[in-house]
Amino acid sequence: MSQPIPDGAQTRGGRDASSLPPRAPGPRGGRAARNLTWRQRLSHADARWSPYLYISPFFLVFGLVGLFPLAYTAYVSLHDWSLLGGKGEFVGLQNYREVWDNPYFLKQTVNTLSIFVLSSGPQIVMAVVLAALLDNRLRGATWWRMSILLPYVVSPVAVAIIFGSVFGDRYGLLNQGLEAIGLDGIGWHTDRLASHVAIATMVNWRWTGFNALIFLAAMQTVPRDLYESASLDGAGRVRQFISITLPMIRPTMIFVVITSTIGGLQIFAEPRLFDETNARNGGADRQFGTITMLIYDFGWQLRDLGRASATAWMLFLLILVLAVVNLMLVRRIGSLGGGR
Amino acid sequence: MTRRPGFLVYGLLAAVVLGSAAPFYWSFLLGSHTAEIAAQGVPPFRPGGHFVDNAKRAMDTIPFWKAVGNSVIVSTVTATSTVVLGTLAGYSFAKLRFRGRNALLAFVVATMAVPTQLAVVPLFILMSKLGWTGTTWSVIVPSLVTAFGVFFMRQYLVDAVPDELIEAARIDGCSQIRIVWHIVAPAARPAAAILWLFTFMATWTDFFWPLIALPPDNPTIQVALNQLQSGFFKDYSLVLAGTTLATIPLLVLFVLTGRQLVAGIMQGAVKG
Repeated sequence: MSQPIPDGAQTRGGRDASSLPPRAPGPRGGRAARNLTWRQRLSHADARWSPYLYISPFFLVFGLVGLFPLAYTAYVSLHDWSLLGGKGEFVGLQNYREVWDNPYFLKQTVNTLSIFVLSSGPQIVMAVVLAALLDNRLRGATWWRMSILLPYVVSPVAVAIIFGSVFGDRYGLLNQGLEAIGLDGIGWHTDRLASHVAIATMVNWRWTGFNALIFLAAMQTVPRDLYESASLDGAGRVRQFISITLPMIRPTMIFVVITSTIGGLQIFAEPRLFDETNARNGGADRQFGTITMLIYDFGWQLRDLGRASATAWMLFLLILVLAVVNLMLVRRIGSLGGGR
Repeated sequence: MTRRPGFLVYGLLAAVVLGSAAPFYWSFLLGSHTAEIAAQGVPPFRPGGHFVDNAKRAMDTIPFWKAVGNSVIVSTVTATSTVVLGTLAGYSFAKLRFRGRNALLAFVVATMAVPTQLAVVPLFILMSKLGWTGTTWSVIVPSLVTAFGVFFMRQYLVDAVPDELIEAARIDGCSQIRIVWHIVAPAARPAAAILWLFTFMATWTDFFWPLIALPPDNPTIQVALNQLQSGFFKDYSLVLAGTTLATIPLLVLFVLTGRQLVAGIMQGAVKG
């Protein structure tokens, strides 16, 4: 096999070869020459194949958990497929139709979107404001930054359990507080919108500090003399924030919005653990059930992997669509703030 | 910025920090009172003396130590292998020339958008075929290396390792694997530490796939907490004592490495 030889190696090989005594023609050269060739070959092979060797573990794992599932989920979704019995007949798009016609699909899609809007919107606003507060010459800057990241160490499962007791319908901290000042308690678990607010609060609590640090990093790259010249021109702090800071952190904004779209639409642990009914599908009437909970319900409670796969594909498409919509939205908003 | 912040800024920040810490205290507070008091809703704001009792009852309800052990093993193994394999692949993408490099890298980035939900059905079928269902292998193997890990290390290594150094080593007859060991690995260390921490935390807090893959008698800590919560009659003193206890390991990790975590988030596009 003739191998293309990397430039560096070729020159080296040529020089080394020329320093050797002239070789007899034929396949059998001197011992030294043969050794060198072998070594050279090894070196070439090393240079040529090492990259592939090093990236292969990733592609092996990715093939297993990324590429193969992508295709195989589609394959399963086109069949009758029971959790225990395995593959059944090919049914075409019937699983998709069944999922689409299932009243819970629309309801849980709306729930997912509602929780997503209630969490990512306020969260990004709060994170930007928090970042602006941290973007001052604070005493103990590191301590403040660490403190706002604290919620990140609590798992979504634990967050949901803790907030579940705060948002308890009868004896929760919030409702007892409301009743103490003479108001009616809120049906945090029974009322659809209230349950979405409760779940969004959990997400916001865990992620606001994290995102604030990302925004803070972006704000610190804004050249300080921009602010100085703006303030010489008489711009106040709010004006500076809107006209300088916001446009300058727009790329970061896009990044945060996209990642929180991908993550937010997959929400599962919080609503599942918030649910106190036995079925745990997101409330008695699934008032806060999400799409991922529906996947779990189809696959591992109703034991129908076909419909679970169809739902998973529909979720993926929804994520793609929403990521693009959000991207355009953020671009729009960013450019309204002035600047580019 | 040149301005000195006033009381308003400090006051607002203090309020945020209070809000960050309050749920921890609430969890511990309810977990430290008797079941009767916890069932009444708002307890006295001083801790009661029953935390240890409640924690013991929680440990009898779920296989607590087994769950913690599993979580430690799974998180440590996946974090370590993500760092090792991510560094190898990241180095290849950053510094080595090979056919299809750019296309493959673009592919890696694109895969970061594929949600877990799309993988669970085939993974479940595969794990059943392999006979791994119910074992910690079923949770470890799919997370051995992530696209994010590869991309993160690649971004760091592009600037961290000078091309000339690698060239020089090659000319001196250094094999690729020795270059990785003697040049790349030391240079990668700061990024590797950050990647390790975030992978560890992400794996520790992961819930969806472990819930599907693992049975009640061999859970990770998140799956065990889920069992604790699903009791028919809810005893919040027990549940929150267990939850508080289960949060302590990551809290300790945070206290020890909080600076690196903050730096890591601020340095790059880290999103667990």
